[in-house]
Amino acid sequence: MLDTALWISQALILMALSLNVYRMIVGPSMPDRLLALDTMYVNSIALIVMMGLWLNTKTYFEAALLIAMLGFISTVAVCKYLLRGDIIE
Amino acid sequence: MNWYVFLEGVISVLLIAGGAFAFIGSLGMAHLRDFYMRLHGPTKATTLGIGCILIASMLYFGVTAGQPVVQEMLITLFLFITAPVSAHLLAKTGLHLKLKHVEKTRGKPVELYREEVGEKPVPHPDRGHD
Repeated sequence: MLDTALWISQALILMALSLNVYRMIVGPSMPDRLLALDTMYVNSIALIVMMGLWLNTKTYFEAALLIAMLGFISTVAVCKYLLRGDIIE
Repeated sequence: MNWYVFLEGVISVLLIAGGAFAFIGSLGMAHLRDFYMRLHGPTKATTLGIGCILIASMLYFGVTAGQPVVQEMLITLFLFITAPVSAHLLAKTGLHLKLKHVEKTRGKPVELYREEVGEKPVPHPDRGHD
């Protein structure tokens, strides 16, 4: 039962990631691409956590935490750059 | 009924719900028509989906190790705190760049103060500015 659920969930996340890539390529403006990238790192955290479930190991937890922190920081940095033209004033 | 079968069912339901919510959020982001609408999908649905998946992982490792595991709670808390902040910053960026919006988007983009977009320094009354 758990294997089937993992397969279904991973397929759904993979489709979500391909939709994000579509929006990141097509996206007419810069905030659209930034939003797509923001969603993409959240989805990749889900994929990494499910890979840890699949392999029955806790090694990938740190990778997920690192991606969460760096993704948030980079989103804020690019937003700040678009908003003020500078990151650290 | 066996306790472990029940827990496996709970974990499976949480995993599928998480994947479905993440997919719905990304579908909204790919399908809706202007930036202010597209902001809705990922900031709410995808955050809920990843919360479901992380809780499923927490349950699974807690059951297999025989003791409660709270490490995944760290990612969940962090994401639930940072998602509204980045959504707020993205909305502010969209308003600042004056992105186009369709007529059905309710409410008009408010005007930002000139101090907020860097055209005028922030006033300091105690330094002689008005």
